[in-house]
Amino acid sequence: MAHQTLTARQYMVLGLVSVCAPLGDSCLSRGMASLPAISITHPVSLIAAVFTPWIGLGIALLIGFFASYLTALSFADLTYVLPASAFGNVIIELLSRFWLHETISLERWFGVLLITVGVGFVAQGPATTERVEINASGMIEGQEAQLQ
Amino acid sequence: MTLPASEIHTGFWAAAAMITAVVVTSTIGEVLIAAAMKSIGDLDEIRTHSGLKGAIRAVLTCPLFFAGVSFLAISFFSLLFALNHLNLSLAGPATASLTLVTNAIAGKFFLKENVDRRRWTAAILVCIGVYFLAH
Repeated sequence: MAHQTLTARQYMVLGLVSVCAPLGDSCLSRGMASLPAISITHPVSLIAAVFTPWIGLGIALLIGFFASYLTALSFADLTYVLPASAFGNVIIELLSRFWLHETISLERWFGVLLITVGVGFVAQGPATTERVEINASGMIEGQEAQLQ
Repeated sequence: MTLPASEIHTGFWAAAAMITAVVVTSTIGEVLIAAAMKSIGDLDEIRTHSGLKGAIRAVLTCPLFFAGVSFLAISFFSLLFALNHLNLSLAGPATASLTLVTNAIAGKFFLKENVDRRRWTAAILVCIGVYFLAH
């Protein structure tokens, strides 16, 4: 059975899935934190929040995430893409530690290690499940040609 | 005077029901979207032949895609409802990690994906990792 490998472009799409979601969430979080508290009785304030730079950037990044997620699902299995997208949690931790200089507990570093090992495991295997085509005569595609 | 929702004690079964609702709707949504994208084919190839408009048209004319997005929307509002009654430290990691496992099961049985030992190990490692990150 052929071992299907991804192209550099497809790895880039998976990278975008991992990067865009945490960056988008971080931008939304930063944007909402800088706004005064929004009351549930004034939902219109939420619409105004969409037009602030951080929230706008966050939404743009999340649209980028969804587009790259759909593209990834078109060439790889769901069970391959999901662990890759979970790698975004690791990126958030690394950004928190080295960009925001936050303290990361030992438990969190252990979590980072487990996710990294998990993603490494799945990345070494095939990205898609190979479908075996069985034709009308009950033979596997290609087998018939070999017999003739 | 009425208490805020987060102050009201939520029982075990109510919490389990809320988390289950998020996990189930999210899994159905992800599986439907994955099935839609598989039926459409590689978007990069479609874009090469028909351009970006062709790729967008291929996605937007697929009924499975809209069914998936609808379930993801229900999942999002279920999560908001759960967060209104439960702590983020419970709802966040519980839904994120359980969804990974249920997606692996659904991928095997509904999408007929080859979920081998490697993928099961990855799903469980990532699931435990997400749990540790959230604590």
